[in-house]
Amino acid sequence: MSQPIDTSYLDLDTKDETFLDSTEMVLNMGPQHPSTHGVLRVILKLDGEKVLGTECVIGYLHRGVEKIGENRTYTMFNPYVDRMDYVAAVSNGLGYCETVEKLLSAEAPPRAQYIRVILTELCRISSHQVWLGTHALDIGAITPLFYAFRDREEILKIFEKYCGARLTTHAFRIGGCIYETYDGFEQDVKKFCTFFLPKLDEYEELLTTNRIWVTRTKNVGVLNPEDCIALGVTGPVLRASGVKWDLRKAQPYECYKDFDFEIPTGVNGDTYDRYLVRIAEMRQSVRILQQAVEAIPTGPIMAKVPKVIKPPVGEVYHSIEAPKGELGYFIVSDGSTQPYRVRVRPPSFVNLQALDKMVRGLLVADVVAVIGTLDIVLGEVDR
Amino acid sequence: MLDAVKNYLNSSVTPGEAGSQLWATVYIVAITLGVSVAVICMNWLERKILAHMQIRLGPMRVGPHGLLQPIADALKLLIKEDIIPANADKVVFWSAPVVVTMTAFTTFLVVPFGRTHAVTDMNIGVLFMLGISSLGVLGIIMAGWSSNSHYPLMGSLRSSAQMVSYEIAMGLAIVCAVLMTSLQTGTGTLSMIGIVEAQSAQGTWFIFKFFPLGFVAFGVFAIAMIAETNRAPFDLPEAESELVAGFHTEYSGFRWSLFFLAEYSAMLAVSSIAVTLWLGGWLRPFANTLSGSAWDLAFSLIPALSFLAMGAGCFLGTIRMPKIIQMRVQTIGLGVFGALLALIGLTLLLPGVRERVQDIYWFVAKVACFMYLYIWYRGTFPRYRFDQLMKVGWKVLLPIGLAVLIATAVVGLRQELWAAIVGVLQ
Repeated sequence: MSQPIDTSYLDLDTKDETFLDSTEMVLNMGPQHPSTHGVLRVILKLDGEKVLGTECVIGYLHRGVEKIGENRTYTMFNPYVDRMDYVAAVSNGLGYCETVEKLLSAEAPPRAQYIRVILTELCRISSHQVWLGTHALDIGAITPLFYAFRDREEILKIFEKYCGARLTTHAFRIGGCIYETYDGFEQDVKKFCTFFLPKLDEYEELLTTNRIWVTRTKNVGVLNPEDCIALGVTGPVLRASGVKWDLRKAQPYECYKDFDFEIPTGVNGDTYDRYLVRIAEMRQSVRILQQAVEAIPTGPIMAKVPKVIKPPVGEVYHSIEAPKGELGYFIVSDGSTQPYRVRVRPPSFVNLQALDKMVRGLLVADVVAVIGTLDIVLGEVDR
Repeated sequence: MLDAVKNYLNSSVTPGEAGSQLWATVYIVAITLGVSVAVICMNWLERKILAHMQIRLGPMRVGPHGLLQPIADALKLLIKEDIIPANADKVVFWSAPVVVTMTAFTTFLVVPFGRTHAVTDMNIGVLFMLGISSLGVLGIIMAGWSSNSHYPLMGSLRSSAQMVSYEIAMGLAIVCAVLMTSLQTGTGTLSMIGIVEAQSAQGTWFIFKFFPLGFVAFGVFAIAMIAETNRAPFDLPEAESELVAGFHTEYSGFRWSLFFLAEYSAMLAVSSIAVTLWLGGWLRPFANTLSGSAWDLAFSLIPALSFLAMGAGCFLGTIRMPKIIQMRVQTIGLGVFGALLALIGLTLLLPGVRERVQDIYWFVAKVACFMYLYIWYRGTFPRYRFDQLMKVGWKVLLPIGLAVLIATAVVGLRQELWAAIVGVLQ
């Protein structure tokens, strides 16, 4: 069996403060637990229902993706990155392809860039839908899950029509896209945009003004901007604390500078703000989609990259704004066909650091709410 | 023998009052079976209704539209391996589900399904029901403690705190209703049958009495009863996303099904109290506005007609079934089910049956509305957090309950109070 867990670092000196000198309870939450979003294991030190400290035990889904990268050619490693954040596979692929392109000093042609942006934004919406459904389910609202998954289906259908896969798409290639859009792609995306906005209102109707939802999420898991930056938290979690940092605006990649969209930010940095920010982000994604399908240019979809990719010796770091935050790839090339080292900076892994800070002093019920609001995917945390 | 049956059927008291042990036993068996069947129906209905709220189909495979699914599930639970955790306190672990189920069923002793359709009419009926239903928490604590595991322990402690807090608000709301029976007519009673008869005598259901006081008191009761039965949005003791399954995490198979049975029969029991206290129990709706023998006849036909309508619905369903060989058994099954419902409907048309059964029908129909509400809440609301739950109980419901109680007393006794004030002033 597993080793005994060392809990000595959890401040045991708080013992004197407990009510009636009762003793603390150490509760193992996970790895098999309905709401730790996979195989996250959180060791909670509890005083009754109050959380005194936490420790995350990760690695139950470790598949050595980074090591696999060292043993595959650049092209062969491309599908593996889809398996990290499997609810936002398209974004993972985009980040990897762009990083290798940067290493090769190549750039995808404009049409490919538009296709990439459209698919990535669709992917962002679908990822946020999964988050919304599971987050609401954690807080006890079981119905939004089904609504979100019903509408996510439309996105997955577009993915399926485009590249044949629904979840782990492998949609992009180094240097652009390999598939031309299918007939009616633009119409499908447009149709989705008009279909989706009322659905978004429907989700909000169920939750945004729901008294129980508001009391469950307001002032829960507050993160102030300084903490966020100190912990390296990115994505909607950072923006909900009021920091206007979005890589699509801060260091535009692909053709994001062509589009007019806003960065939604929150004020209080609590769970409710993070909810509002993600809902607003879905609206902004629809805005980007609408502009992109109107302006999609014609032309080639693949840049001139060699069949066998042999980047020059060097190293490169490139990051994109994935649905969950900054997704960065650091690739070291030794001039061969295989990367010398691939290091992934997954947003979920870094954001998960904030868990302990967020839940100390809260109740057990808030732990699941906070895990939900961080929007972690264990495939990405453990890689 | 036949004379004895006829003799009893013509009497107008409950078996308890008549002192007939035989008939009391018959009633107990009938109610126990009836409640179990109701729980099975509720199981199917909850899954179907919740599924349709969530754009799913729910059970569709076992029997037509999954009608046999609850039976299949029950069978599955019965033949599952009986697991008692190694470190559990075996005796307590064994007896916890029994305690919970026993208390849930015992409350039905005093539930009046009709003027004569109750096991007995206790003069402390409401008190008895409250007392017995709050005993259920003992079983839950036993289950949580004996499992020797963290999640059940937390679940059971949550549940005991919750039940104890909400019982107070619930009790205050009940006192309002009891007070209403004594005002204006002057015969206060705690008997369940007495309360319904008071509503009949006063010509109003208590929910509408001293509007809006009755309504507010009913609201307090309706919220407290959901918390009391640990259902969404107050389902913290078994909060699936936090505590896996709460106090029955370590239970499986038959023992688990006993908890399930107890939970649903507790829901039925508190809904029965609500119906008895506020919604006129077995009294038919619109007894004041649509009175007269013609209306009486029309309303007494509704039970039969509703069953016939359900039967017709099933027959229509057989037409809509896919015409393929694989669905033939299911189509026949649905037809048989429809025929069964229609047969019940036709039986209910008989004058003798009609007269005696319509009380039960109205009572059950009102309880069914509450059951639908339970499902609806579950499909709509997120879950409260523990401290918020306590806040709602102690800081919101309790003051409202107290205020309504005082207001009811003042409004009900306003003439006497006025006379007293005038007397003092003179």
